[in-house]
Order: sequence, then C-alpha cells, then structure tokens
Amino acid sequence: MAYEVVIGVEVHAQLRTQSKLFCACGTTFGLTANSQTCPVCLGMPGTLPVINEKAVEMAVRAGLALNSTIGVHNRFARKNYFYPDLPKGYQISQYEAPICEHGWIDITVAGSRKRVRVRRAHLEEDAGKNLHEAGSGMSLVDLNRAGTPLLEIVTEPDLSSSAEVVAYLKALRELLMYLDVCDGNMEEGSFRCEPNLSLRPMGQTAFGTKVELKNINSFKFVKDAVDYEIKRQTKVLNEGGKIHQETRLWNLDRGETAVMRSKEEAHDYRYFPDPDLVPLEISAEWVEQLRQGLPELASTKQQRFITEYDVPEYDAGILTSSKALSMYFEACVRLYPHPKTVSNWVMGELLRELNNSGTEADASPVTPERLVDLLTLVDQGVISLKVAREIFPDVYTSGKTPAQIVQEKGLTQVSDEGALAGIIDEVLKQNPAQVAQFKDGKQQVLGFLVGQVMKASGGKANPGKVNDLLKKTLG
Amino acid sequence: MSLMSLHKLTLSELQRKFTAGDVTATEIVRAYFLRVTQVEPKVKAYLTQCQEAAIAQAESLDRILKGWRKTTPMMAMPLAVKDNICTESVRTTCASRMLETFVPPYDATVVAKLRAQNYLLLGKTNLDEFAMGSSTENSAFGATRNPWNVQTVPGGSSGGSAAAVAADECVAALGSDTGGSIRQPAAFCGVVGLKPTYGRVSRYGLVAFASSLDQIGPITKDVTDAAILLGVIAGHDPRDSTSANVPVPDYLKALKKKDLRKLKVGVPVEYFTDGLDPEVEQAVRAAIEGLRGLGADIREIKLPTTDAAVATYYVIATAEASSNLARYDGVKYGLRAGESKDLLDMYLKTRAEGFGPEVKRRIMLGTYVLSAGYYDAYYGKAQAVRTLIRREFEAAFQTVDLIVTPVTPTPAFKFGEKAQDPLQMYLSDIFTISANLAGLPAIALPCGFSQAGLPIGLQLIGRPFEEETLLRGAHAYEQATTWRAKKPAIR
Repeated sequence: MAYEVVIGVEVHAQLRTQSKLFCACGTTFGLTANSQTCPVCLGMPGTLPVINEKAVEMAVRAGLALNSTIGVHNRFARKNYFYPDLPKGYQISQYEAPICEHGWIDITVAGSRKRVRVRRAHLEEDAGKNLHEAGSGMSLVDLNRAGTPLLEIVTEPDLSSSAEVVAYLKALRELLMYLDVCDGNMEEGSFRCEPNLSLRPMGQTAFGTKVELKNINSFKFVKDAVDYEIKRQTKVLNEGGKIHQETRLWNLDRGETAVMRSKEEAHDYRYFPDPDLVPLEISAEWVEQLRQGLPELASTKQQRFITEYDVPEYDAGILTSSKALSMYFEACVRLYPHPKTVSNWVMGELLRELNNSGTEADASPVTPERLVDLLTLVDQGVISLKVAREIFPDVYTSGKTPAQIVQEKGLTQVSDEGALAGIIDEVLKQNPAQVAQFKDGKQQVLGFLVGQVMKASGGKANPGKVNDLLKKTLG
Repeated sequence: MSLMSLHKLTLSELQRKFTAGDVTATEIVRAYFLRVTQVEPKVKAYLTQCQEAAIAQAESLDRILKGWRKTTPMMAMPLAVKDNICTESVRTTCASRMLETFVPPYDATVVAKLRAQNYLLLGKTNLDEFAMGSSTENSAFGATRNPWNVQTVPGGSSGGSAAAVAADECVAALGSDTGGSIRQPAAFCGVVGLKPTYGRVSRYGLVAFASSLDQIGPITKDVTDAAILLGVIAGHDPRDSTSANVPVPDYLKALKKKDLRKLKVGVPVEYFTDGLDPEVEQAVRAAIEGLRGLGADIREIKLPTTDAAVATYYVIATAEASSNLARYDGVKYGLRAGESKDLLDMYLKTRAEGFGPEVKRRIMLGTYVLSAGYYDAYYGKAQAVRTLIRREFEAAFQTVDLIVTPVTPTPAFKFGEKAQDPLQMYLSDIFTISANLAGLPAIALPCGFSQAGLPIGLQLIGRPFEEETLLRGAHAYEQATTWRAKKPAIR
C-alpha cells in the first residue's frame, strides 16, 4: 500500500547568552565538570530563579524572524521529573502561553518552495549531563550545562520526507545563526533536533501513530534516521503490524533506530505555573523595537545580491549561506567593485581554505583587504591569475601580504619586452617544426608556443605580452 | 541593671542600652547563653547553638567599638533564626533527616541584611519538618515545649522561634509563615508574630515549602520590636522575582499614634463559629471592645468563602511542596541512602529514610492533585477559590482598614492530642490560612490567658503593604493592655 509520510520536528536551540537562563553563571562549553555552577543552578535549598532578559530578547527576535505572534503574558511552568542531571527535580519551561506561536519558515527542496508552519517556540532551561564511566559502576553528574537557555521550536506536521526535514533544519539553523541567537554547533549540542514521524495510507486524513526520534546530531544522521524510520514503519504496516507510540534512538553504528521508551513509560510531568517567577509581560513597544533591529535575513539578502551585484542565483545562495560570509563578500565588493570576480574567489579559493581549517569567514586570516590586494596585483599585471591562485594558500596560512609573498618568491610577472624577447628567441630556436607550421598558416600552434614561453619563464611571463610578441616575431 | 536580667529586655530596650554603651556585645551574648543554658533543657527551642561564633563575634565587635561608638540598629542584637532560613556556614536542617548535615554556602537575604548590621546569631530554632505542621511534633529531632506549660505544644511550624522568644532565649527571632506558622506559635507562646505581605520580604534563602504562600517575618516580645525587625528585613531583592519593589517606610513612625480614631475595623462573622473555644472567643471579643474603646469603628463584615480556605490551602501548598521537595534526591547534597542497586532504588531509599510521615503525606497529596486528569478538579479549582478569597478580602477592605479575628480556635494543645489526626491538626490553622492565600499582612499578639494559664492571641489582618496600619492597631491595643507583662515560669 502507498503511504503518506507525516513529519513534525522539535528543535532545541541553545541561545547565545553570556549567562544562564536563571542565574549569573556562564554558558561556556567544555569546561571542567561543575566549575560553571552556583547555588541557584545546583538547585540548592532556598535559592530562586531570576529570568535573564537577554534570553527573552533572543527568543522574541527568533520568534519575529519566524513570523510568529509574540505572547504578551508569559508564564513559566515547572516540568516535574526525577533525573540526576536535573538538580531541582523539575525543569523550568513554558507550557501554556509560549513566547512565540503561529510562525512559519519557507524552505526550498528540489527547486520547489514549501512553507513549514512553526506551531510554537518557548524558553526553557537545559539540564546537565550524566557521564557513565564504563566498568566503574558509577555515574557522574556535570551540571555546567544545567540552566543554559534553550529555545524549543516545534513545527506543525508539515514535512513529508527526509529531504524536507533536512531543508527545514538547515533553513532554521541558518536563520538562528543570522540572528546571532544560536551558534548552530550540532556536535556540541547547541542545535538538537527530534523529528516525530508517522505514516498514513494515501488519502486518509487521520494521523497514524507517531514515533519520536532522538540522538541525532548531524544533518546526515537526520536524513539516515528519517529514511530508516520510513522504511521500518512501511514494512511493519505492510506486514499487517501496528506502530507503537514510542521514542526511538538513532544508533549510528548499526544504522537503525531502537526503542528508548514506550508511551506507557512516558512521564506525567505534572506541569504547573512556577510560583517563583512572576508572569513575564512583553510590551508591544519592545517587540516593535526588536523588530526594527532585526538584521536582513538570508532569503532577503540572497535576492538583494542577485539584483544589486548581478551575481547568479547559485552564487548568491552560497554567499548568503552564512552571515559572516555575506559580510565578507560585501566588504570586498566595497573595496573592489567587481562582484562576480570577488564571488569566484570567495566561493572558490577562500571557502576551500575556510572549510579545510574549519574557520568562519569573520575569522579568516585573509581579510577582505588582503584578498582585494591580491586581485589588484593581478589587475596591475604584477602577477598572473594563475600565480595568484597558486599563492592564495600561502597568503592564507603565512599571515604575509600578497605583495610580500610575490616579492619573496620572485613571482613578479615579466612584462619587459627585452627580457621576454630573449626567452622567445630561445623557444623558437628549439621548436623549428612548430614555427614552420605556424608560418604555413596553422594558427593553433601559437598557443603551444605561448605555453612553451610561459614554461621557460617559470610561469612569470605576462601571457598577453608573450602572445603579442610572438605574433610580431613570427609575423 | 544586673547582667543576669539582660535577657528580660525587649529589642528596643537592648538597642538603647547598647547604643548608650551601658552593655557590651560580649556581656549581651554571655547573658543570653547563660539564660539558654538554664531553660533550654526544658524548652528545647534550638536545633543548633552558635555560642562560640557568637562570643567571638561579640568580642571582635567590642574591640572595634572601643572608644568609637557608631552602631547600626541590629549591632550586637542576639537573634534566633528558624532552621529553614539559610545561614552561611551554619547548618540548616529544616528539622529533617534529609538535611541533617547540610551547611549552606550562602546566607538568605534576610540573614545577609542582619549580618551586614553585625547582629549576633545565637542559633537555629526548631520547626516542624520543612515547616509542615502546627506543633513542632513533626521535627525529626524532637519537639519544642511551650514555655507556659511544657506539657503543651508551642505551636508550629515556627515553634522553636516563638518558644525561644517567650522563654527569653533570644531577644527576637525570625520565623516563616506559609499558613500561620509565625502567628499560631506566637499566639500559643504569648508573643508577637508578624507575617508580612507576600513579597514584602525576600524569600531568597528560605527553604521553600509552598513558594506562593511562604513569607519570612519577625517573632518578638512586643509590637515595637516587630516594627524594628520588619524594617530591617523588608524590601525588594533582585534575587527574588516575587519580592515587591515597594519602598520600605519607617515602621516605628506608625507607632506614634496612640489611639485608633477614624480606624475602621471589621469583624468577620465566619471566624466566630462553633469550633471556637469559648475562652478564646471571650478574650477576642473583649479585645475587640478594647479596640472600640481606643476609638476604632467596629463593623461586622462577611468573608463567606472562609470555610473553603483550609481545603484550598492543602491543595495549593501540597502541590507546590511536592515540586519544591523534589530536589532532595540524594544526588547533590543532604542525605543519600547507602547500598542502592540502581538509580530508582537510590531515590526511593533516600526519600523514604530522609522524610518524615507528614512530609511524605503532603508530597503524595501534592503529586496527586497535579496529576494528569486530576489537575483541573483540584489544583485548577483551588486556584479559582483562592482568587475568590482574595476578592472577598479586597471587597472587605473597601469598607474597613483592618480585620480582627482570633489566631487559633483553641489555646495550645497537649502533645499527641492531634498528632494522630492530620485533619484536626490542619484545622488549627483555620483562621490564619486565608491571609496567606490572599497574600495579606497579618499580626498575632497576646490578648489574654485561658484559665489554665495559656496565652490567647488576637489577629489583625491588613491591606497589602499596609503593615503600618497593622502595627499601629496592634501597638495601640498592646499599650492599652498589660498582657505582655506576664512571663512564663518555665517549669
């Protein structure tokens, strides 16, 4: 039987605040266990939470960028459950009246656009981490992460394939990074996704039983896990079986999902309004002020690049794939008004080096000024385009200016006619057959001869000049 | 005056003597510990005494002050603090096995305020475990006795603080009040107990029982002292989101007016019902006449939802408690039961060993009322009734400035009398609970004695943040009567 795939996605995005959601502790990743804690985030008796205004601001900005309605009266609720990494025995979250509702984000899959509705986004605190030491029979608890602010973003069940899920996640991650509210680091858990998935026979309106997928920390795993789960559920249904409502973990090594807990084992979280926090009122003026301050988002910027700089849609897409890269591009174009040339360099040489070293464009050792210096050397005929490409990795790693490198390596282009004439004479002497062919009218041979001159000059000869001189000499 | 009788002074009197240089901090602390040594074996008010630290601190104060006498109001004042209020480096047990060895690395905001004025912490006082109870019989470390009759309870949960003040084992004390836990023991022990408006005093560092009801307040020998101590601990605290950003007035100024002319005082008919002990009713009615005599305009008012207050309270307070007490899981601090086979086993054993029966009862009740399928019927309904109760008070305060009621249905009861019957115990808070549900300030002060010689209390309830009116009414009545002159024999 043919089935329709119905997928909704829950994302936990860590907000890039300096301090935790309800105390003054820092949010740095990877510190010594329990060094980033205080009585409040350790859940010590008598301590009380105080909301971090910056986190609320980031949530509102994300909500606005997601085209959401921003809640006026916000309440925090306690989600009660026992776990060693949850110091208070409850997580402070939002239940009724989340901060953002009824949003949407557009995605493009295989050339066609789709609008994904975002049901809600709410603020909550993260838990710590349990570490299980193999063989010791002991578990350790690290509460450095406990209390870190998260924005939980939940879609409507609007997605229908792994490709759409990945496209949505990429679009969302890009958007949050553009807003500078999340660093998007999936390996460190700053952007965690949990798809839930069900199948229903084509044409049926009622939803099938849904399964929630966890433990997915890369786009590739998202795709693999969703594809696996679609296949698994299809098989079960085709064999007349039943899908159970459960949470399944993606097992990377085995490439399959396995049951983590069933619905029967699901907690009754006993949500109720947290009496330690007063209702959070968000004024319309503040929301408007934040709306005015929103940066230009990727999709808008892509369109602008196409019209303003006349670069192809493909280029514009890559150049706006990160805020840092788009800013890099524009900085270059301001200094060197040839957008397509800049685009070629940024997408080619620069991105290759950035990707190899895992660096963001705003931390590139080759600043826009340096890149423009290099391009100018080419324009001035000091070096050839080929040499420029060849020395780029050096410029990137050495920290020297392009001019320095050109000078040190003696790569300055030879355009002097006297110097070139000597090389040309030598080359013509060594290739009498080709000279004869050219004189017989075989124009193609000229290219070969230019190549030989370039080779003999160690690549330094100005190819345009060589061309002219050869024609003159042979003509 | 002999040093031997320093303990008889009120806070305001001791402040004057110290400021004048008539006594040193060391003399004060020595006099108090002498008194504690004499009566504590009978009263058992303290869970922890801080004699060494207090003496060391007093001596250092005296050295600093030599020849240069510039003091803060609470300097060298010997206070007791209820053992559910965190004190840095002094263990804070909540009278529970769970926190028997817990030493907080921080001060509660109220304690930090007192410390900033160089007060002397004499010790931490007994309470019902996690402030859950009305007699201190729920303390894991034994009950406190009522100084007026050691066969009877001192009330609770701040029974240790009230008994310590009544027995002159400290000049004043801090308590906490969730459903009457300051006022009921104050009434039972014949002292003054003030529960401030919710949000008037920071809760930071008060180990939470029911967060939307808890409030720290003073327990003192007279109304003047309550005004002084409230002035020190009140005020907005950025660490407590529920503390109100309302200026703190000079509460002593409110005491200047000695009569109650133009003050409208309401008497709610619902508070004078069948369950009220005739001796208590007689004393309270006489006190109301006393208020009239001072010029108050006495009017009958109606608070019809009063009969639902106890039920409402036991849904909301237990719901919040079930969540507030979840952190005692054996993982981070406090008790962890040994030899557990897995995580669940550790939780179960730790909480089974660490909590007493009343705490367990309330955790179970609270967990139940928040459960899926029961939330609306219990917690949701209780919140609706709470709103109703608050509105009734708002309406009443349109026509009156203060409300006067008994504090408790009976004088102090005997040990064991209600311990086996939780519902009877819960009903002893029937007159105090409404002020917590409505977030209103209320004060308990002595208004007579039973034939058996046990104190009887009078309660005044005021508008939010109008502690001044409360103190003015209480002070005028106190000054017109002589109840406070009588001291317990402690036999």
